[in-house]
Amino acid sequence: MKEKVDSLDEWAVWEVFSQLEWGKPHEHCGSLHAPDAEIALQNARDVYARRFSVKSLWVVPANAITATRQEDGESFFDPQDEKIYRHPSFYKLPKGVRNI
Amino acid sequence: MDREEQFEERIARGEIIEPKDWMPERYRKQLIRMISQHAHSEVVGMLPEGNWVSRAPSLRSKKVLLAKIQDEGGHGLYLYSAAETLGIDRSELNQQLLEGKAKYSSVFNYPTLSWADMGVIGWLVDGAAIVNQTMLAKGSYGPYARAMIRICKEESFHKKQGYEIVATMSKGTAAQRRQVQGAVDRYWWPSLMMFGPPDGNSPNSAELLKWRVKRASNDELRQRFVNMTVSQAQAVGLTLPDPDLKHNKESGDWEFGAINWGEFWRVVRGNGPCNADRMAARRKAHEDGAWVREAAAVHAARKQASATA
Repeated sequence: MKEKVDSLDEWAVWEVFSQLEWGKPHEHCGSLHAPDAEIALQNARDVYARRFSVKSLWVVPANAITATRQEDGESFFDPQDEKIYRHPSFYKLPKGVRNI
Repeated sequence: MDREEQFEERIARGEIIEPKDWMPERYRKQLIRMISQHAHSEVVGMLPEGNWVSRAPSLRSKKVLLAKIQDEGGHGLYLYSAAETLGIDRSELNQQLLEGKAKYSSVFNYPTLSWADMGVIGWLVDGAAIVNQTMLAKGSYGPYARAMIRICKEESFHKKQGYEIVATMSKGTAAQRRQVQGAVDRYWWPSLMMFGPPDGNSPNSAELLKWRVKRASNDELRQRFVNMTVSQAQAVGLTLPDPDLKHNKESGDWEFGAINWGEFWRVVRGNGPCNADRMAARRKAHEDGAWVREAAAVHAARKQASATA
């Protein structure tokens, strides 16, 4: 079996996450194409870490990410609004008490 | 309220649209057209500068030029990624470019005849691009706007390195001054054309402004660019090749002469001095890279096979 490997779409899409300071979270910075994880990391360095001080990079196959959709966002995130007792401002405290 | 109205309301509220959000087909199509043209421009934009890498006058200037060209390639990649979030493959966009079906900025269809052109392209062409891209960074489509923010940060180095070349040559020998003035004479009008046709003759502008993909019109941006560039030319003793250029005290604008739109359309339609060269260079680069793509894919497949064996 001999297939012509010519078109760019042979390469999967990877999402790139970078950490700009030690101790800070990794944040999504973009995506790229690569044939495997190793080259994905090298491409990520060349494309997304050319001059900003990047401490660490993650690459994740784009199809491995499951995300919420805007249209089901409202019902999906519903519990956020219902449980106001999760916020400190819900509670009534006697006046003059400090450091609570 | 139907989805189209909800979308218009989100836009009116200044919300940012993300890839998985519902959007009108027309919004999607317009963005793919715009972002892919922009991506192609970055990639083709490497070619006029590539012409001077081997003839840069010093190691410093060679390093700077290489870094700038690498940035342009990177900008192309950011933009292809942004376009792909709209559901089109990079390979398809690339195919459109190689088949000559896609547009890119017509300023790259002009030749780079001297080292001074490297300075003037950085100063004027990247300068014009920054004016446009700063506006696009506030646009309604998240991935495009975020790519613009990243690109604008890098472009400011491009503009400054260009202006440094211009300033250095304009303090140089008579021949160097002639060269840099000649480069300004050749690139001034094509730079003004980069903002696109005048508002009255720009078929896509109204829709793009309505959807906040664009936040200012072609003519507004062109005027902004002229206003900021005049004093930069004066500071290094260069003359912008427009006898009608004059300051309007009331509006504060530098009014400029008529743009040759006949030339603009001629170049857009493929008949500029370098259109054929640029396309030939892109096709050759794609074909010459085929073995690299093939080797990488085969290597990845082998590694996967040995990992699962």
